[in-house]
Amino acid sequence: MSERINFLFVGVGGQGVLTASDIAAQVGLDLGLDAKKSEVHGFAQRGGVVESHVRWAPSVGSPTGETGTIDVLVAFELLEAARWIEWLRPGGTVVINEQKIVPMSVSVGDAVYPDRQAILSAVEARAGRVVTLDGLALAERAGNIRTVNTVILGALSALLDTPPEVWEEAIVRRVPPRYADVNRAAFRLGRDVATS
Amino acid sequence: MKRLLSGNEAIALGAWEAGVRFASAYPGTPSTEILEALAQYAGVRAEWASNEKVALDAAAGAAFGGARALAAMKHVGVNVAADSLMSLSYTGIKGGLVLVSADDPGCFSSQNEQDNRQYARFGKFPCLEPSDSEEARQFTRLAFELSERFNCPVMLRSTTRLSHSKSAVDVEMPDAPRAFEPLPPFERHPDQYVIIPAIARVRHPAIEQRLLDIAAWGETAPVNRIEWGDRSIGVITCGMAYQYVREILAGYSFLKIGLVHPLPKELIRQFAAQVERLVIAEELDPFIEEQVRAMGIDCIGKEVFPLVGEFTLARVRQAVRAAGLPAAELPPAPKTEHLAVPPRPPALCPGCPHRAFFYNLRRWRRQMVFSGDIGCYSMGVLPPFDAMDMLISMGASIGMAHGLKQAGAQEGVIAIIGDSTFFHAGLSPLANAAYNNGCFITAILDNRITAMTGGQHHPGTGITLQGREGRPIDIAPLVRAMGIEHVREVDAWDVKAINDALKEAMEVQAPAVLVVKGACVFTPHFQRRPVVTVDAQVCTACGTCFRVGCPAILKSDETHPKTGKHKATIDPLLCTGCTVCLQVCPVQAIYQTGGEED
Repeated sequence: MSERINFLFVGVGGQGVLTASDIAAQVGLDLGLDAKKSEVHGFAQRGGVVESHVRWAPSVGSPTGETGTIDVLVAFELLEAARWIEWLRPGGTVVINEQKIVPMSVSVGDAVYPDRQAILSAVEARAGRVVTLDGLALAERAGNIRTVNTVILGALSALLDTPPEVWEEAIVRRVPPRYADVNRAAFRLGRDVATS
Repeated sequence: MKRLLSGNEAIALGAWEAGVRFASAYPGTPSTEILEALAQYAGVRAEWASNEKVALDAAAGAAFGGARALAAMKHVGVNVAADSLMSLSYTGIKGGLVLVSADDPGCFSSQNEQDNRQYARFGKFPCLEPSDSEEARQFTRLAFELSERFNCPVMLRSTTRLSHSKSAVDVEMPDAPRAFEPLPPFERHPDQYVIIPAIARVRHPAIEQRLLDIAAWGETAPVNRIEWGDRSIGVITCGMAYQYVREILAGYSFLKIGLVHPLPKELIRQFAAQVERLVIAEELDPFIEEQVRAMGIDCIGKEVFPLVGEFTLARVRQAVRAAGLPAAELPPAPKTEHLAVPPRPPALCPGCPHRAFFYNLRRWRRQMVFSGDIGCYSMGVLPPFDAMDMLISMGASIGMAHGLKQAGAQEGVIAIIGDSTFFHAGLSPLANAAYNNGCFITAILDNRITAMTGGQHHPGTGITLQGREGRPIDIAPLVRAMGIEHVREVDAWDVKAINDALKEAMEVQAPAVLVVKGACVFTPHFQRRPVVTVDAQVCTACGTCFRVGCPAILKSDETHPKTGKHKATIDPLLCTGCTVCLQVCPVQAIYQTGGEED
C-alpha cells in the first residue's frame, strides 16, 4: 500500500458521500498515517454536486488535493465520474457506482445526460483501472438500500490493498449498532465485486 | 486517542476545555456546527440567538458577569454584530469573551468574501488564526486566556476550509459531566462597562496601550513560530494558506503567524533579515503584507498570489512559479476527450414549500419587482423561476422594497423573506413600513426552520438548540400588533390560493403581509402524501409542469406525435406528493396514486 494517497469522493447531495469520506479518512489514521478530509456545506449542497477530498500521507498539509493528482476517484453517480475525471492522475484508479441521478438541467431539456459508454470511455482514457458496480442492487442484496456508500467503500478497500478489518471496524464505529450487520454484509459484497 | 474533528468541532472542544459557560450564535455557513457541537457538552449554556448582534450582546453580558463566553457567526454576521463589537473593545470584559468569525474565501455560501482580520485592526483587539483542527482547539483555549489577560474581546478567525475540513486531534473526550454553578455576585464597574462619551474618552488611550502590550506578548509567544529550513526563501504565512505553501515550498523557512493582529513586528524583522527572499502567502487581503511593506521590508506578495477566492495547491503552485521561485511543475496531463457534462446547480428540493410561491411570482413578472432575502428561497433567482431582482443582506428585502415603493416605483413591489430571516432582521424594517405606510407586500415564507444551514430552530419554532419545546412566536398576530391590517395566511402548496392572495394584496394601499405557511421537507412537520404520476395518454407535452422546477419531474422518452416534444414522467422515489405539478397541469394528466407513502 502506498503511504501517500489522494482520494476524491464525488456524488450528489444525499448520497452519503460525506459519511463515506469521513470513514476513509478515519481508516487513514487507523493505519497509522496522517489524514485530512475536506468538504463543503450550505448553498452548494441543495441537490447539487458534493465533493469531498481525503488525503493520506505521513504528514498532510492541504486538506484538498490538486487537479491531475488524485490517485483514487470515487464517483457515487455515473455523470459525476465524467465531471471530475480531469482531477485524476493519469493512470489512477476510478470506482464508479452506476447510478444515474438526472440533473435539473437535463430534466428541463437544456442539456443531455451523456450515454453510459461515452462516460466510461472518457474515464478509461485517463484511468489505469476502473471498477464499476451497481451499488443500489448490492445494497438491496445486503438488506438495506441505504448502505450504498458502504458497498462502495468495500470496493475501494479491495483496490487499495488495505486490511479489510480496519475498514469494517471504522464503518461499524460510525453507524448505529443495529445497522452494524447489514453494513458488514454491504461492505463484503462491495469488496467481492472489486476482487472478482 | 487520535480523532478526526472538523475545525468547528475542534473550536467547540477548545471552548469547552477552557470552561466556557455561555455560548450563542445565529446559524450561518461555515460557522453553524460550532454551537451544534458545543450543545453536546454538559455544563455549557449554548443557544441559538435570533441574530448575530444578539448572540454577541448575550455573550458580552455573560462576560461582564465573569463567565467565559463565546459568540460564533459567519463573516457577514460580524457586520451585524459590529456595533457592539466596537464598543466591547473599549469596555473590556471580566470573563473571557471570544468571537468566532468563520470567513468564506471563495463565497461557497455567502454574498461576499470579506476578510474579517480587518475587523481586528479596525476594532483594536487581537485576532488568532489557526491552520488545522488541533490548532483550532488550542487557539480557542488561548483566546479565552488572552481575553482575560488583556481585558478585551478576542476574535478567532476560521475559514470555510478550516471549519469544514477534518484533521487529527489528540483527545480524551470528556466523561465526567461538569456542573453548572451560579456566578458569583455581579461586580459593578460602570466606569468601564457604561461606555458613555466621558468614559469612552478615558478608555481610548488604554485601548491603544493594550494593543502595544499584546504585540509585545506576541513577539515571544509560541503562537507565532519560525520553522527554519533552507534560508534562500522565507515565507510569512497564516491560517489555511500555511497548509498549501508548506507543501509547495517544502524544505524552506517559514514564519507561521498565529496571532494575526497585532503582528509581531520584531520577529518579522528578524526573520526577514535572515532569509534571502521573503514571500508573504495569505488568503484574500494583503493584511500582513501591507504592514510588512510599511515597515520598509520588500517582499513577494499579492503581485503573484490571488487577492480573490480561496487558495488551493494549484493556485499557490502557480503563484510561486510566477515569482520565479522553485516549485515543481506537474507533468502535463493528457486532456480527456471532450464530453459535455451537464451542470448540476442547486435546486429547491422535491416537496419544497417555496415552489408554488415562486411558480406564481414568475407569472407576476410584468407587474412586480421582487425584493429578495437570504435563505433557500434565494434560489428563486434561478431558472425556471427567475423571480428575484435584488438581494443584499439578511432582512434587507423589506427595507429595499419600502424604499423602492416610496421613491415612486410604478410596479408593485414584494419583499420575500423566510421565517428565520424575519426574526433575524425583518421585524424592525416591517415596523418601519407600518410606520411610514409603505405600500408593498411582504411575503414571509414560513417553513418553520432555518433551512439553508441544515435545519436549525429559531423563535418561530420555539424549540431550543437542545431540542426542548418552548412557546413558538406566531408571525401573523405579531405583524397585526404592528398595526398592519392586511395580513393573510396561505397554504404554501396551494397554487391558486397563493395567486389569489397576491392579487388581493396588490390592491391594498397600505403595507400588506402574506404568511406562506408550509414546513420544510426536512422537518418532522412535513407530511408526505401519496406520490403523483403522469398519465402519458393524457399528457400533451406542453411543458408546464417542468416550470415548477421540481427535481422529481423528468422528461419522458415518449414524445408527442405532433410536436415531437417530450412528455413528463415523475420519479416515484423523489416525489413527496406535494401536488404542485398536479395543480398546474392544464389537462389533468397528473394524478395522485392510491397507496399511502407509495
